[in-house]
Amino acid sequence: MSAGTQKIPVIVTAKVPLNELVTRFEFQHAEGGSLPPFSGGAHTVVEMQDGDKTRLNPYSLMSDPMDPSHYAISVRRDDQGRGGSVFMHDKVQVGDRMVISYPVNLFPLDLTAKKHLMFAGGIGITPFLSQIRQLERIAGRFELHYSVRSAALASYAEELTTRHRAHVHVYHDDQDERIALADLLRGQPPGTHVYICGPRGMIDWVRETAADLGWPDAAVHYEEFLAPQSGKPFDVQLAASGKTVTVGEHESLLEAIERAGVDAPYMCRGGACGQCETRVIRHDGTLLHNDHWLEDDEHASGEKIMPCVSRFEGKTLVLDR
Amino acid sequence: MTIQFNDETFRDDYTFRNSDWAIKRFPFPFHEDSYMYSVNMEQHRGGPEGSVFEKRFDVDEHYISEMRDRAIVLAEDPLRCQSLPHMTLAGWDLLELIMVSKSEDYPDLFELHRNGDKWRWINKPLGIDDTFTFMDDASLPYGPMEYITRQAQGDFAVLDQRENNLWMDAGMVTTQADWSLDFDIGMNFFEWHAPVPRAHEMGVFKRALKFLLNIQQGSPARRLNWTMTVNPLLDTSPENYHKWGVQKTSLMPENIGRKQHLRVELQTFYRLPRSNALVFPIRCYLIALDDLVTVPKWGRRLHRVIRDLPEDLATYKGFIRNRPMILDYLSQYDDGKPTSPGIWPDLETEPPLEK
Repeated sequence: MSAGTQKIPVIVTAKVPLNELVTRFEFQHAEGGSLPPFSGGAHTVVEMQDGDKTRLNPYSLMSDPMDPSHYAISVRRDDQGRGGSVFMHDKVQVGDRMVISYPVNLFPLDLTAKKHLMFAGGIGITPFLSQIRQLERIAGRFELHYSVRSAALASYAEELTTRHRAHVHVYHDDQDERIALADLLRGQPPGTHVYICGPRGMIDWVRETAADLGWPDAAVHYEEFLAPQSGKPFDVQLAASGKTVTVGEHESLLEAIERAGVDAPYMCRGGACGQCETRVIRHDGTLLHNDHWLEDDEHASGEKIMPCVSRFEGKTLVLDR
Repeated sequence: MTIQFNDETFRDDYTFRNSDWAIKRFPFPFHEDSYMYSVNMEQHRGGPEGSVFEKRFDVDEHYISEMRDRAIVLAEDPLRCQSLPHMTLAGWDLLELIMVSKSEDYPDLFELHRNGDKWRWINKPLGIDDTFTFMDDASLPYGPMEYITRQAQGDFAVLDQRENNLWMDAGMVTTQADWSLDFDIGMNFFEWHAPVPRAHEMGVFKRALKFLLNIQQGSPARRLNWTMTVNPLLDTSPENYHKWGVQKTSLMPENIGRKQHLRVELQTFYRLPRSNALVFPIRCYLIALDDLVTVPKWGRRLHRVIRDLPEDLATYKGFIRNRPMILDYLSQYDDGKPTSPGIWPDLETEPPLEK
């Protein structure tokens, strides 16, 4: 939620390029003192003042959850994206003041698991870094399989393999190294839970393979933040606040609602958490659903929309907001 | 302000009493003249000065005596406190939350000194001064959850969050309105609420669960719940029903004002940071009807609520048998005048009883 979300003023204390795509940013509390502890897999929503535009992007916290002195995130530059990652890379400097949200965890460890089997693809490594730190503290058993394009782009692979030689396996695409997924899943002890964070294709591959092998859904966890898709501009009427606003080509419906001065609830801004679920009062056109939250029948009903990632094409859209 | 702690009992001779201060700050649970279930949650971000909502964990005149009563219950029945193996981290989270909150909110009563993971905790009302290592289970005389909840009023259900559900995987439960941790341990949200009438059909639990799953770190929530209890018993557990259930038959027109209590739970909900678990403190407040009706608005309103409550709810809340006698008593304090909206006593603005 927005009104309920606690925010934290921070100072950027480090900006460390890791390779040509990924840069790490570290934050400390702007007023000194501790940041709240968090749980492995949590993310924070970073507010960026980009001219007259406010961007809000979620990033996984990758620092040690038990270390309240600072937070760290890693941002992969996406030149084709909507501009948040480019803003972080090009504009944000050490010493800048920023505002971030309290940690929220949509990808927590299942602490009943006997073993944690992790699959990371590319920048999807970040939530696992904090989860592994947490597991170190509580002597949890884990195994990480990390797929990267090349050694040069393998963020944090060296630290991980040095620290956890027997538990971290790195696979390089450019050397045709592949995760032997089915064999791995077949060989796990009872009570193992699977975690996946990476590109859509990887998530689908692991989930489908696990399902085919009889893994219960409850033992397979994944996190994929969707970036809002660009699309044709459209108008939306906000019935509860009596406003009409045009959603721009590169703007999300949620961002347009916020720009109109309407305080709408949100949490992940990536179609996963369900917090921004909004009732559709009337529409004449097509709702373009892009979220993971609503069920298929809810998508088909035309009665609900997740404005953080979903859009609309057509004549009239009236929302209860 | 300095709290004058009572020396009182919640069993046998029942010397429990509310001072005038405690009566005026009682969390009266009805904001209007009728009652039905709702997902009546709000942010737990303080409240009017002196009210039970003001601090994160309210400490009042009953603190020392309530902790003494908890120790008696635990000595007789250790299963009132349980923590499944994966919940130890949540126990440390809870210990930190309570120690930090109490030392900040009541600096004259509690002190917390932290030097890295070496912590010193001073609880002046209970005469405790312990030094321990944070996250080292062996450095405390009990597990972290039991240690701190032996020093905090109210019950504590510690809920693990997984599979889009909440699981009753740890708790300290000695002041409960007729539910059992030992029975509910390991159950999910729908399972432990199965006995509640109507609310399932109304979709209340689905909505409530959705709300609770989304509670965020730093943004706790709260609600009030209520029932009726004969004699000021904290421990109205199923385990001890044979001891307290029969006391409901001791109610007579001559003693009802002293014996019949309105029992209100201030329920709060906090996301725990390291474990991502949810803690659900359930703080019980008792008030005798004789004390409650000293607030004219509350006397009028409680009569109307009890009179109009559907039969199944009165049965579930355990006072169907005594309802006629309770209504006879309460009707003396209802002159039919309108009541002001909201839960506050409004002593200055509400008219005195005209009867």
